[in-house]
Amino acid sequence: MGNKQTTFTEEQLEAHNWQEGLAPHLVPLDYTNNPDIKVPMALIVTMPELKENPFRDRIVETFSEDGQGNMSFNDFVDMFSALCETAPRELKTIYAFKIYDFNRDNFICKEDLQKTLNKLTKGELTPEEVTLVCDKAIEEADLDADSKLSFSDFENMISKAPDFLSNFHVRI
Amino acid sequence: MAQNVNFDLSHPAVEAGLESPADENVVHDSFSQLIAEQSQNEGLSDAIELQHLQGNPDDDEGRDNVAYLSPSENRGWRIGSDEAAEEDNETQTDSLLKDRWSSATLKILSSMPSRTIGRSRGAIISQYYNRTTELRRRTQKRASIKDFSRSARPSIRGYGVEVDTTDSAEKKQERLVKNLQDLSAVDRMRMLKEMPLNLSEKKDLRRLTLEMTKRTRSSSNLPCCSYLKFQIILALRHSWYSCLSFLHSLQLWQMPLKRVGGRFGSGVLSYFLFLKTLLFFNVFLFLVLGSFLVVPQAVYPPELPESRKPFTGLELLTGGGYFSNTLLYYGYYSNHTLPNCPKNNSTRPECDSRSLSYNMPLAYFFTIGLSFFITCIILVYSMSKSFGQSFRIDKSNGMLAMKVFCSWDFKVIKRSSVKLLSENICTQLKELLGDTHHRLVRNTILDKLIKLLIHGLSWTLCLGATAGCVAGIYCFSDYMHKKQESSENDSEDPGLLKEASLLALPVLVSFINLMLPILFQLTAWMEKYNSPSLRTFVSLSRNLILKVSVLGVLCFHWLKRVAGSANGNKTFNCWESFVGQDLYRFLVIDFIFSLLDTLFGELLWRLFSDKVLKRNRRPGFDIAKNVLDLIYGQTLAWLGLLFTPLLPAVQILKLLLLFYIKMSSVMMNCQAPSRPYRVSQMTTIFITLLCFPSFLGSSVCVTYTMWRLPSSGSCGPFRGNKTMIQAGKQRIAELVDENRSLSFLADAHTYLVENPLFLFVGAAIFLIVIYFQSQVVDGQRKIIALLQEQIENEGEDKKFLITRLQSVHERKRTPARNLPSQDSGC
Repeated sequence: MGNKQTTFTEEQLEAHNWQEGLAPHLVPLDYTNNPDIKVPMALIVTMPELKENPFRDRIVETFSEDGQGNMSFNDFVDMFSALCETAPRELKTIYAFKIYDFNRDNFICKEDLQKTLNKLTKGELTPEEVTLVCDKAIEEADLDADSKLSFSDFENMISKAPDFLSNFHVRI
Repeated sequence: MAQNVNFDLSHPAVEAGLESPADENVVHDSFSQLIAEQSQNEGLSDAIELQHLQGNPDDDEGRDNVAYLSPSENRGWRIGSDEAAEEDNETQTDSLLKDRWSSATLKILSSMPSRTIGRSRGAIISQYYNRTTELRRRTQKRASIKDFSRSARPSIRGYGVEVDTTDSAEKKQERLVKNLQDLSAVDRMRMLKEMPLNLSEKKDLRRLTLEMTKRTRSSSNLPCCSYLKFQIILALRHSWYSCLSFLHSLQLWQMPLKRVGGRFGSGVLSYFLFLKTLLFFNVFLFLVLGSFLVVPQAVYPPELPESRKPFTGLELLTGGGYFSNTLLYYGYYSNHTLPNCPKNNSTRPECDSRSLSYNMPLAYFFTIGLSFFITCIILVYSMSKSFGQSFRIDKSNGMLAMKVFCSWDFKVIKRSSVKLLSENICTQLKELLGDTHHRLVRNTILDKLIKLLIHGLSWTLCLGATAGCVAGIYCFSDYMHKKQESSENDSEDPGLLKEASLLALPVLVSFINLMLPILFQLTAWMEKYNSPSLRTFVSLSRNLILKVSVLGVLCFHWLKRVAGSANGNKTFNCWESFVGQDLYRFLVIDFIFSLLDTLFGELLWRLFSDKVLKRNRRPGFDIAKNVLDLIYGQTLAWLGLLFTPLLPAVQILKLLLLFYIKMSSVMMNCQAPSRPYRVSQMTTIFITLLCFPSFLGSSVCVTYTMWRLPSSGSCGPFRGNKTMIQAGKQRIAELVDENRSLSFLADAHTYLVENPLFLFVGAAIFLIVIYFQSQVVDGQRKIIALLQEQIENEGEDKKFLITRLQSVHERKRTPARNLPSQDSGC
């Protein structure tokens, strides 16, 4: 680990570049006090890596500290480090669960699943099919029979899916 | 429900029913304690009425209690200080929940594991504290077999049960830091990476850990020399890390791969990643062979018996002519120590006693052996890693849920590809739904028979076509061989036409490799498969059979015919060089045909489809066929390693060009695949194919060549009509004669390698280890099934006990109402 001062300056530089890239008008002229700049969600989802992703809003909300989507630089780095190739499987599972949990009650209930499906298929499935898929999915994955998926159910299901690691990966 | 329910564990009925490991006793014990407590303190239960907090989903502080089982210490649930009463959010759907829970029931419910895995910071820290403790314990002391219980029923005792603490967050963090500090650096980084905390918090933890490490280190008095050693090790490690990060930043082709992944998804990307892997293999081979064989020989070139032929452009294709007596082929390499100083005539400036000598035959022998060995190790390692990632022991059904959550490819960026991807997922979901609904398809006997007939017919067609083409290659190669032998006697100077006729066999083989897969695809269209993965497997196996048979017949041609006719014939005097030239030709023609295939298959098809057919659909990129082509080319490269040490360089050039051409073609002409493609499974299959038929076959051929075939008498490092192994042994014997100190090598070789007993014992141990591992996998499968059953049973038990608890409370609450109806529902 280097000198404390050099890492601070490097971070300043990185943060500065990131700010300029996304929101030039927000870049403060004076960075020495390391102010807490937060970029709003509307700007982050214009990034090419996230622009077409149906879950972009949820991703940004999950990684932002205030839960509303305004990300600081640290949150931004967090997001891409969790989505990168070398992130461990457990970390990705935790964040995937948070992303799919739309109402943030630490369970993936039927409504969450329906919203996920609608985002995935962009309305191609009929409502009956959507309900059927949700029911079957919960039936398959729910281990403790409370008709919603807790984190352990989700984790158990994900551990059987070999494609999860390669799919839950954003290249930057 | 009104009877006095006896929760005493010593009750015989209860005891007979349980027969479980100690953990379950704890569960029921704690319940019984609480129930006993409830029945005694009637008045208090009303006082501990919980406040119904406003359910704030983001309230992280409210979920700081994680309840655990602890076999030895806790005899009851340790319930955290903050009660979370957000159950009213979930009351609607849960059958267990009723309108008015008693406080005790709420207490128990709130501490259920399924409801407390809210990822609050405190919970994460305590969880990771426990994990680091477990890791430390595991690394420091290996648990003996005696520690494991012998119960038939698997217990969760050894599985890292966690101890809850009700300390404050700072104390938890302190303890976590202390644990992290005691771990090794690698483990520490891994733990830090896995923690789902904020980046700033991870940085704090790391800073605290390093500070504490520095503090403890400086306080201890190390003796001076180990301190120096310590500094040196630190410096080395630091330079290693900076070297690694530099290599990482050099990432080859990062932008093109990102574009392909963004547009086509992980499937097509896997082809390009496979290409990159093959490139690295070849770069490694090139470096090894180049530095040990090519460079020494280039520095001390041998005297050539005949003058070099003039350069015509045809050499790039045929590899003969100007290239025939160059570093490219086996025949150029000398069979004595370099520099070659004849005893009497020392006109060469390098021939003085102080220069280093380099034994070329030994170097050749060992370099080839070593490169194959290292390639084998790397391949087996990557294959096992890939297999480990994609193989799941418990193949239970969970397809729909997995499809919903795991099938979105986050790499895809382009809008049209995103649209295609969602259509793809939609189709897959509909198929799965259709499967479950219409399982009872009307499969009459006639239908089945017709289907079987069609399958049989197409298989016969494919196998027949393959056999026919292979026989054709056999006869044609025989014909070409005889023609070359006879034409030797006709004219002295081989004309350009004769050189070009050498290209006939490679062109034929590549043509067959191009056309036959199209035939296979046509036959596959008329068949109907139950699942798309079955279709992929069938097509893959047909193509594989074709390629393996073609390579088999070619190896036969080279090793039996060409090597066998190496007497008296000028062309085949140096048969190794001839085989090397043949392999060079095959490689180059294969590349040309790949270009043609890209041109016709993709570019022209897209133009045709756009302009003439006026369809909007572009051709898809056939991943399996292209990967098999890559594997075929790599097999040729490995086969030719012995005969053409510079073949990896040719292969590197070929792969580089192929990458850019395929990349531009895919971007311009193809569209994202419309069929589902299981990336990790297919990647595992391709790496396995690279290892087993491809590498194994080529190493068997090379071993056979070195072991059985007599090398040619007038060229190469192993002149004299003995096999290469015999020549190698002779060289080693000579070397050992010169330096007595190396005699132990010869003894080791005689007693170990040549002793059949040693090989038998080694093979037996290997087989035993494999059998043992397969039994372990079987056992794990059984344990998984049993554990799932246990989870279900425990869930039922808990539900039962909670309803009991609630009923006890209700009975107490409204004793007047319940008195007349004592026997109502239980």
